[in-house]
Amino acid sequence: MPDGSITKTAMLEVGDLHAFYGESHVLHGVSLDVRQGEVVTLLGRNGAGKTTTMRSIMGIVGKRRGSIRFQGQQLIGMAQHRIPRLGIGYVPEERGIFSSLSVDENLTLPPVVKPGGMTVPQIYELFPNLKGRGSTQGTRLSGGEQQMLAIARILRTGATLILLDEPTEGLAPVIIEQIGVAVRALKARGFTIVLVEQNFHFAATIADRHYVMEEGRIVDMIPNDQLHANMDKLHTHLGV
Amino acid sequence: MVQLLGIPPQALFGQLLLGLINGSFYALLSLGLAVIFGMLNVVNMAHGALYMVGAFLAWLLMTHAGIGYWPALVLAPLMVGAIGLLLERTMLRRLYKVDHLYGLLLTFGLALIFEGIFRHQYGVSGQPYPIPDLLKGGSNLGFMFLPTYRGWVVAFSLLVCFGTWYAIERTRLGAYLRAATENPTLVQAFGINVPVMVSLTYGFGVALAGLAGVLAAPIYQVNPLMGSNLIIVVFAVVVIGGMGSILGAIVTGLGLGLLEGLTKVFYPEAANIVVFVIMAVVLMIKPAGLFGRER
Repeated sequence: MPDGSITKTAMLEVGDLHAFYGESHVLHGVSLDVRQGEVVTLLGRNGAGKTTTMRSIMGIVGKRRGSIRFQGQQLIGMAQHRIPRLGIGYVPEERGIFSSLSVDENLTLPPVVKPGGMTVPQIYELFPNLKGRGSTQGTRLSGGEQQMLAIARILRTGATLILLDEPTEGLAPVIIEQIGVAVRALKARGFTIVLVEQNFHFAATIADRHYVMEEGRIVDMIPNDQLHANMDKLHTHLGV
Repeated sequence: MVQLLGIPPQALFGQLLLGLINGSFYALLSLGLAVIFGMLNVVNMAHGALYMVGAFLAWLLMTHAGIGYWPALVLAPLMVGAIGLLLERTMLRRLYKVDHLYGLLLTFGLALIFEGIFRHQYGVSGQPYPIPDLLKGGSNLGFMFLPTYRGWVVAFSLLVCFGTWYAIERTRLGAYLRAATENPTLVQAFGINVPVMVSLTYGFGVALAGLAGVLAAPIYQVNPLMGSNLIIVVFAVVVIGGMGSILGAIVTGLGLGLLEGLTKVFYPEAANIVVFVIMAVVLMIKPAGLFGRER
């Protein structure tokens, strides 16, 4: 695989992306590409622009410049609700489980946008913790279960690209292990995944490539098999 | 006949029925306000005026087009809903990013304009609207006389209220509405067109007000000020029930209507203020309202 080169098979191509929150300029020319079936992480300190990159792809950050192409289609300028309908699923950092909805309602809330999504029994197989909890109020689940639910509800929709924002944040190691198993299973099923992660060890067990972000820019791209050789560089970037 | 605490039962039940009728209107109107507030965060001060517009549309359909009560019961709310869509699309939409107070001021201004237009055109004396033939007369229930139309208003309002409650709490569309009330950004990120949902919610909320207006037309006279007389109490109902709570709006509306009726029997002097006294007490004990959640 020719690492880093933008090939024709890129599923998601971000080019010279600038994003703004009001007056403040948050992303300064982010470029990255994700190929079909890849798991790519965005690493970086707090405030480096990882979440903003995801929110820009989803159109939640409205003020953007540059280019975001998904399967060749330009997302900048597209109506916000049409972006997920192309087959992009978003799992936000704060998980976004609805307290006024039951677990079942949370699970079935996102509309199916493409054929080929996972069925509810398949989802329960992947996340056995959610089984039998259908009528529970969504926010009564534990933090780990809420994270599973946040991922699970995207899998039904037929989305082929999943943006996962810090799925392990604040979770116990045993839960992180479960999430890891699930994400690897998703990869095996052919999902393409962009993962924002602070937990670098978690990222290393799953990803194919890592983009390192700093102050709203991509400063490095490290293939996973070269991760150990680049440890020193990474430590400086991440400040760990 | 036996007297209850020195009150003849006819008087008691008569007032209870009146309370139930008023309660039905409170419930229908506060339900619309609650749905709108939940989704748009707008305190819709134009609600009373649109209730009046609903009644007037029924009257205008009757006098100018010969369209009777039953078609008007569908047409007038649809027309009020369409007016609501127009208001939301052209004006309210611009105010979501600024303080809620601006939405309140805008809708208050709209209420004054609507009332002014109808007052200018038709005066304040009120226009009579006949009870439809099918619902004329009444029946003697033994303990009281029940005019058929009033029974219909109570039953139909209850049906609409609980239908709305069911649609919001138990259906998929309702799940979208509840989710978008909580986190519109995320619902949009799932591929749902939230701005359209917001418009439709406003349209639906004011259509309920229009429906209440049509129901009210044969009971009260069709009068440009009928909305502003009612809406102050309805706002008190919403505050007592809790802003944005659907079930709270329905139960509180009916309950307070009944309580008002009872007060008229037992202590008539307080009938006009009982709702506001309760509002003050509820605000002291439970500021978010009886069914409301702290925000």
